[in-house]
Amino acid sequence: MKYLSEYRNFEATKKVLDEIHKITTREWNIMEICGGQTHGLVKNGILELLPEKVRMIHGPGCPVCVTPLNLIDKAIELLEQGVIVCSFGDMIRVPGSKKSLLEAKALGGDLRILYSPIEAVSIAKENPDKEVIFFAVGFETTAPANALSVLHAEKEGITNYSILASHVLVPPAMEAILDDELCSIDAFLAAGHVCAIMGIQEYYPLVKKYKIPIVVTGFEPLDLVQGIYMAVKQLEDGQSKLENQYARVVKEYGNKAAIDVINKVFEIGNREWRGIGEIPNSGYVIKEAYRKYDAESKFNISYIKVPENADCIAGEILRGIKKPNQCDQFGKACKPANPLGAPMVSSEGACAAYYHFSNNLID
Amino acid sequence: MNIEDIGFETINLGHGSGGELTRNLLDKIIFKTFSNPFLDQKHDGSIVNFNGEIAISTDSFVITPIFFKGGDIGSLAVHGTVNDVAMCGAVPKYLSLAFIIEEGLKVSEFIQIVLAIKKAADESDVLIITGDTKVVERGKGDKIFINTTGFGEVHPKANISVQNIKEGDKILVNGYIAQHGMAIMSEREGLQFESTIESDSTNLNFLVKDLLDKFGEKIKLFRDPTRGGLGTILHEIATDISKGVFLKEEFIPLEKQVAAACEMLGLDPMYVANEGVFLVVVDPSIEAEVLTLMRNHEKGKNAALIGEITNEHPNKVVMQSLIGGKRIVSPLVGEQLPRIC
Repeated sequence: MKYLSEYRNFEATKKVLDEIHKITTREWNIMEICGGQTHGLVKNGILELLPEKVRMIHGPGCPVCVTPLNLIDKAIELLEQGVIVCSFGDMIRVPGSKKSLLEAKALGGDLRILYSPIEAVSIAKENPDKEVIFFAVGFETTAPANALSVLHAEKEGITNYSILASHVLVPPAMEAILDDELCSIDAFLAAGHVCAIMGIQEYYPLVKKYKIPIVVTGFEPLDLVQGIYMAVKQLEDGQSKLENQYARVVKEYGNKAAIDVINKVFEIGNREWRGIGEIPNSGYVIKEAYRKYDAESKFNISYIKVPENADCIAGEILRGIKKPNQCDQFGKACKPANPLGAPMVSSEGACAAYYHFSNNLID
Repeated sequence: MNIEDIGFETINLGHGSGGELTRNLLDKIIFKTFSNPFLDQKHDGSIVNFNGEIAISTDSFVITPIFFKGGDIGSLAVHGTVNDVAMCGAVPKYLSLAFIIEEGLKVSEFIQIVLAIKKAADESDVLIITGDTKVVERGKGDKIFINTTGFGEVHPKANISVQNIKEGDKILVNGYIAQHGMAIMSEREGLQFESTIESDSTNLNFLVKDLLDKFGEKIKLFRDPTRGGLGTILHEIATDISKGVFLKEEFIPLEKQVAAACEMLGLDPMYVANEGVFLVVVDPSIEAEVLTLMRNHEKGKNAALIGEITNEHPNKVVMQSLIGGKRIVSPLVGEQLPRIC
């Protein structure tokens, strides 16, 4: 398969891994931003093939994990009010304060699991007497499709469609992590697919301000080890540059058509990150002109703030301060079938990666 | 069989009443199709003879859509149960067949399903010897549910048990994994991708019998990884025997198109359902011969050795990735869900 088998090749990957071993002289902490990268590292057993001195710290790039608890509760409340709630599959097992969307579905809610928000617009069209929302979560990667669904609804004059949006942005999160006094990160692997949309321009200021190497990296095993190699090389050479390992997908200025769609519907605003807190200018909010497609303003949903489960250390996991196996609840009170926090259920969550794939961590 | 002779186009609640309409449905479709000396008695049940031990297995089929590439709910209801009986080391002989039909099902669709059951049963050399038909109100079912129970004679040379498995035993599968699950996914509503992936739904009883005829008790275990996929079944085996299972990813037979579809949807083929795949655990002394026999059989052309039993990492399935790293293969928790990005 083009671009898959080549990037899962044993010899090619081993060659790069050998190089990493050869050039590493000091201890380095490298954070991979994206949960997809975390899963790639663990699922392919890469963590154990790296030199002991190269430590991978798992970043906050799990859209499901950082979606605020109150938003999940709101989606559940809408579902219980008879609204057709459409969602990406990943979101539905994440625990809200009382239950998950999946449990609310079992109790009679009309929950639809979709691959594309555009399908939600079709559902709205087919059900004119019902309200339909799409639970629009994710980083810059899913923003274009979610924005496009709003533009589709507008074009077709569909008034019973809206999105419950929680879009977050990678660069402000990286800045928040670097500003954290507990931060010990020496280099970043930036999220390849986010950069495929946005380009790499917005990372130059970070490299300059924090003097930290950033390597835009893909998701296949060879991509990951190449990204790590490029980061270690820079660190060993005392450099801090922005490099693009994933050039076969990521272009300097990203995908203009996608960015235009985002900018038409969304503007930058403050966003709350589950486990991390509010980060200024760290997400997209729906522009005034499209406010009628904003589920939060369309439905007056009462909400009482509920505290997170006190035993869950998701915040520290997402900021890279602790690893999943450093949590007392990991694999004990907290398992995918009965998660205390989102990182244990999401297919991009670090806890789920460790639980499902990591060879040395489970009894 | 044509619909004009049958005299009705849609199944309604009356067809489940036990009265004349029910008799009409049974006589014109069921008894006519499945006629055999046992069923022709038209009694509440059948009396049959068996030699030796009997293997029994039951399964219910609730699949959506009811017709899919490579099969339908009818053929699946036969293959699923025939295979479960075969996995016990038995030769399937008889099936019971029970329908729960949602009112409004088109008779033409029902006939198509019944004929598929007949074809699959004939091909598997099993007879339908008893059955039941119920009709539920619209909205209380999903077109049609089928339950089948299979009865088979345990093969005289079979000694199938997890207790017989030892360190060093080899694990083989008969062919490509994840075909059925991906065929169904590609036809589900709302999934806008087209593929030519076909379900692998088929009967495995003849290949199983050939293996038992030739290798007898050197065959330790048969399992068919249906729901939950290969990963979940292997994990069950590891915990049942308190030993480890070691696999190599490069050996897992996966067809290119299925691999691509799994990538696209973010699904792990190790957890995708199969309906024509079985794994067999064998004594290491017969590994090569088993592989040859399987590859020369119509139902095992793509058979492969995928791994072995080890005393290291008890209760865990460990897979060596394509690049030489290692991961555990944990059991599937709930349904596999599509990822966000």
